[in-house]
Amino acid sequence: METVVKKRIKQVLKGDQDAYAEVVEIYKDKVFQICYRMLGNRHEAEDIAQEAFLRAYVNISSFNIELKFSTWLYRIATNLCIDRIRKKKPDYYLDAEVAGTDGLNMYSQIPSDTRLPEEDVESLELQEIIQREISKLPEKYRLVIVLKYIEELSLNEISETLDLPLGTVKTRIHRGREALRNQLRYV
Amino acid sequence: MKCPAEIILYMHEYLDEEISAEHEKELRAHLQNCKECQNHFHELKKTIALVQSTSHIQAPDHFTASVMAKLPKERHKVGVQRWFRQHPLLTAASLFLILMMGSLISSWDQDHQLSVSKQPNLVVQNDKVIVPEGEVVKGDVVVKNGKLEIHGEIDGDVTVINGEVINGEQYMASAGKVTGEIEEVNAIFEWIWFHIKNASKEIINVFDADDKDTDKEK
Repeated sequence: METVVKKRIKQVLKGDQDAYAEVVEIYKDKVFQICYRMLGNRHEAEDIAQEAFLRAYVNISSFNIELKFSTWLYRIATNLCIDRIRKKKPDYYLDAEVAGTDGLNMYSQIPSDTRLPEEDVESLELQEIIQREISKLPEKYRLVIVLKYIEELSLNEISETLDLPLGTVKTRIHRGREALRNQLRYV
Repeated sequence: MKCPAEIILYMHEYLDEEISAEHEKELRAHLQNCKECQNHFHELKKTIALVQSTSHIQAPDHFTASVMAKLPKERHKVGVQRWFRQHPLLTAASLFLILMMGSLISSWDQDHQLSVSKQPNLVVQNDKVIVPEGEVVKGDVVVKNGKLEIHGEIDGDVTVINGEVINGEQYMASAGKVTGEIEEVNAIFEWIWFHIKNASKEIINVFDADDKDTDKEK
């Protein structure tokens, strides 16, 4: 697949825009997935994923064709995600207690979902819980966990993508795993 | 019971698939005896399984289209190049036409020398070709870059390129007589048209000849 991508990128470098559509098609799900897991919100994820592809296109001339394109693309995407997370105003958390109420938090403000068949609710709930717990991780742990267990990158690839030493990546994965274990142990 | 700190580290080494045989042995031995660590290890593995189980979500429809729509406009040149790549036949045809036009136009410009088809009884004087009185010229007569004066008779077609037919009154009058058609080619487009006609005639002739050959074979 990398060879196909490289061929398309060479075409893009010559200025052929249509060749880029195929590159987007190949990576769109993966990039979207990273963004979604990092941001926890489809709308924002789409925004950032598109931005990532746009940046990659504009800066394609700075991409070293000898390297893996996915690594480069994921780096752009993860950087954009982190920027977005940092820029976001610390909006109210669902866990926060609502002022003037006694022990009521934002969860109780959300109307219960419309009825779905029992099984759907269960699997949907589990998905939501896991995503919520991933979202709670500090972003540096969240990033490595997403790349490792959702994108299934190797430790080396993660180290390349994030431009971090392998040792740092390992430490972050260990801590991320421990943090998630604490959060998910009663699920 | 206080467990050695490195046991947790070994667990992570194991999960990263980077554990040495020695450490793995140690880990296994410890896990068999320590309920607490067993539990810890189990929870870690469950966490990973849960994270991995989150169904792989897909990008929304039209994702690619909306990315493509946002890209800066490409240079016009590339669009033209791609058009040529996608329409090779048209490209070849137009290239052929351009080259052919070029060669025809240059040949029109270049040859200003008088040339006449080879019939023995045609008389050439300066830029004039004369069909003498009383003579009958057999076959088609072609005159290039010169005038043709007809006093006698031509048994065939007459073509004059870049010149004229002098015949007193228009062609058929007086003594001059032409049995076939008379054609004057002067403007450049007529010249090209004449060439194309000629070429297609030749092609048809070739096919006819083939047909005749095959007929003969039968």
